[in-house]
Amino acid sequence: MFFSRRARRIFLRARFLFCLPLLGLIFGCSRHEPPADLTIINNVEPESLDPAIIVAQADMRVVSGMFEGLTRLEPVAARAVPGLAARWDISADKKIYTFHLRTNLLWSTGEPITSADVVYSWRRALDPQTASRYAGQLYYLKNAEAYNTGQITNAALVGVSAPDAFTVRAELKSPTAFFLDLCAFPTLAVVPRQTIEKYGDHWLMARPLPVSGAYELAAWRLNDKIRLRKNPRYWDAANTQSELIDILPVGSPNTALNLYERGQVDIVWDKELIPSELMDVLLQRPDFHSFTYLGTYFFRFNVTRKPFDDPRVRRALALAVDKERLVKKITKAGEVPTSHFVPPGTANYQSPAGLTYDPERARKLLAAAGYPGGKGFPRFEYLFNAAAGGGGKIHENIAIELQQMWHDELGIQMDLRQVETQVFWGMQSRLDYQLTRSSWIGDYNDANTFLGMFVTGDGNNETGWSNPHYDALIHAANEETDIANRENLFQQAETILVHDELPIVPLYIYVGINYFDTNKISGIWENVLDQHPLSSIRKKIKN
Amino acid sequence: MYFVRRILFAIPLLLIISALAFALVHLAPGGPFDSERKPASPEIERNLQAKYHLDEPIWKQYGRYLGDLLHGDFGVSLKYRNHNVNDLIAQGLPVSMTLGGLAFAFALGVGLPLGFITAARRGRWPDQVGSFFAVLAVCVPSFVVAPALILIFAMKLKWFPVALWESPWHMVLPAVALGSYFIGKVARILREGMLTAAQSEFVTAARAKGLGETALLFKHAFRIALLPVVSYSGPMLADLLTGSFIVENIFQIPGIGVFLVNSSLNRDYTVVVGLSLLYALLLIALNLAVDFAYTWLDPRVKYE
Repeated sequence: MFFSRRARRIFLRARFLFCLPLLGLIFGCSRHEPPADLTIINNVEPESLDPAIIVAQADMRVVSGMFEGLTRLEPVAARAVPGLAARWDISADKKIYTFHLRTNLLWSTGEPITSADVVYSWRRALDPQTASRYAGQLYYLKNAEAYNTGQITNAALVGVSAPDAFTVRAELKSPTAFFLDLCAFPTLAVVPRQTIEKYGDHWLMARPLPVSGAYELAAWRLNDKIRLRKNPRYWDAANTQSELIDILPVGSPNTALNLYERGQVDIVWDKELIPSELMDVLLQRPDFHSFTYLGTYFFRFNVTRKPFDDPRVRRALALAVDKERLVKKITKAGEVPTSHFVPPGTANYQSPAGLTYDPERARKLLAAAGYPGGKGFPRFEYLFNAAAGGGGKIHENIAIELQQMWHDELGIQMDLRQVETQVFWGMQSRLDYQLTRSSWIGDYNDANTFLGMFVTGDGNNETGWSNPHYDALIHAANEETDIANRENLFQQAETILVHDELPIVPLYIYVGINYFDTNKISGIWENVLDQHPLSSIRKKIKN
Repeated sequence: MYFVRRILFAIPLLLIISALAFALVHLAPGGPFDSERKPASPEIERNLQAKYHLDEPIWKQYGRYLGDLLHGDFGVSLKYRNHNVNDLIAQGLPVSMTLGGLAFAFALGVGLPLGFITAARRGRWPDQVGSFFAVLAVCVPSFVVAPALILIFAMKLKWFPVALWESPWHMVLPAVALGSYFIGKVARILREGMLTAAQSEFVTAARAKGLGETALLFKHAFRIALLPVVSYSGPMLADLLTGSFIVENIFQIPGIGVFLVNSSLNRDYTVVVGLSLLYALLLIALNLAVDFAYTWLDPRVKYE
């Protein structure tokens, strides 16, 4: 026998003393909630559920279900359709929008939603105190930028007003073709004034929390789950398809896939949640859906540094990139190689052709710039960060591939430098790089969300590039009210960007990927914004 | 008296730790509000900095932080702007502590018998098999153990859920994954301790008195050999209770281990400092508990 009787007694007692609090914790921590009708993995924990604060596309998919704007996105093609506003009139000069609210609008707590709430919400997003990073989405309103940047302090001067309880009048700086799309953007969504004024930055913790959209917030536990419950007072509640939706914050692609395979979740909808090593296999399955959307992967030149101040050098490097090889060998999810920056599928716009793979011409250009065969070309550095989620090493692998191509085709040497993501963004905006990997996801379905960022001085330009002709074309396009003329102006601008000057080199158009069984789930369509309104999604068969 | 002094000494220690954590995380390049999307005007960036007082000199920010801390307020998370660090700890810590407690129980529950058996049957097959498993447990990291457990017990056999934190059933695999390293560690420490103790004079004396081998091992050797395990348990428990980034990430567990790592990547200043303090506090408290346990286990130990 191993243990004496006394020892056994001590052991038993110790075990009991230790187990009791542990058991308490175990049962204290386990949950007794009814199962949700629908469980969705949406990517990592949202930074916030405040529409004025969020910036990530994934966060918007949740917040749009809770707070609605004057327009909302319909689920099929993600076009802006009437939301809280039933209809609107646009003045002949396209600068005054008069929105007519629905008359049956209620907060989830029962109070009416009026035009004053809309005015409050827009002013709040612009208020410097709110510190909204996306306040720029409202700069199209008269005096909005001046108010947000502190040049004026009177919010009443901002171009939004409420002539009566059901009318919102928006006065724009200049005609803005995509203004109705912006009205569906979370920054412009309608939020509850009383609650915000009472609870300040913690207003989302208020219970009950008044919402203007299809879903109320039933529970929100960090890194655990967001539970949404149908808002019965939503104006279109009759068409809300699911009662209870759980949104799980999952950042690990393997965990997401495992949960889906075991049937613990119904939908996984973010391209970052596919384990890249399984990409080839998974995309063959009928429940994995990939579709192009408004996102472009590209790299930037810092045009303020030699030798990249010379457009010939930039063009040479662009011509020597075999983009087909990048998407076949590295990304492998069906991404489309591109020579232009604005993705296909953008409303009312067709991109002009940029530069395609032509190493012969690349060598000639490099020679003309004074570096025949790459001789005398200084070593340079390519800056990138670690990719998020399932991307893993995508940025690094693309960098290695580019390094190889330029070495083989042009005889020039590139070094790679990976930095932490938070450091990376700062280095980009300080122009503390020579070449850097980049990507851009469209905020709304219009060419301006891509082309507008390269005007002189825009915060997202980040290349040091400035071209007065380009600036003038973008400005003119945004003033233009005729669709065909506007397209033409944008095309001229994009030609400068991707054919003549190349401060950037577009590599490929992103694909969105989500996975769910179409036999079980209805109400999700593949669209160019990769936005899928929660209210239209339904599980056809209960587990 | 000794323990009162130790507790009082912990206060300046925590102050130094908070100052160091504060300075280090602010010195690191990049800030909490750097992101891919640059705001439409530089003013927006300034509004943000001003709102969270990041535009002030660092000593002033630290003073403000300490002032709030005195009121028990760890500040607002800069990444999750709707949440206080207090909320974050209140939500995550019980989860991490449950998981850590289970892993601790598992580590001791398996590690101690394993260590005892391998020492008692030294050189024979139970020792060889047991020691092999102990070394294996130490060597295989949790990011290998966890996916392997999931693959076998959740995906293939379907005995347990693959992830999430809902019922006691969900806690089994993560606790095993988290505890396995410590099983090996505990078993090896106990085995070493028992072998050393078995050669000490008082054991020889007891044997000479005619005490049976079992009683000898258990009454005398085990109790002494337990001391290194106890002193190892303090930091181990602090480690386990504050959660594990890897295990929490793989099993999608809403503990604070994930925040410990992500907050520094996100430059979420308040969370980094708050969690460092929490960790330090736990470490100090558990080390104190270990010292206290020493006096109880080994009458020779006395603190002045």
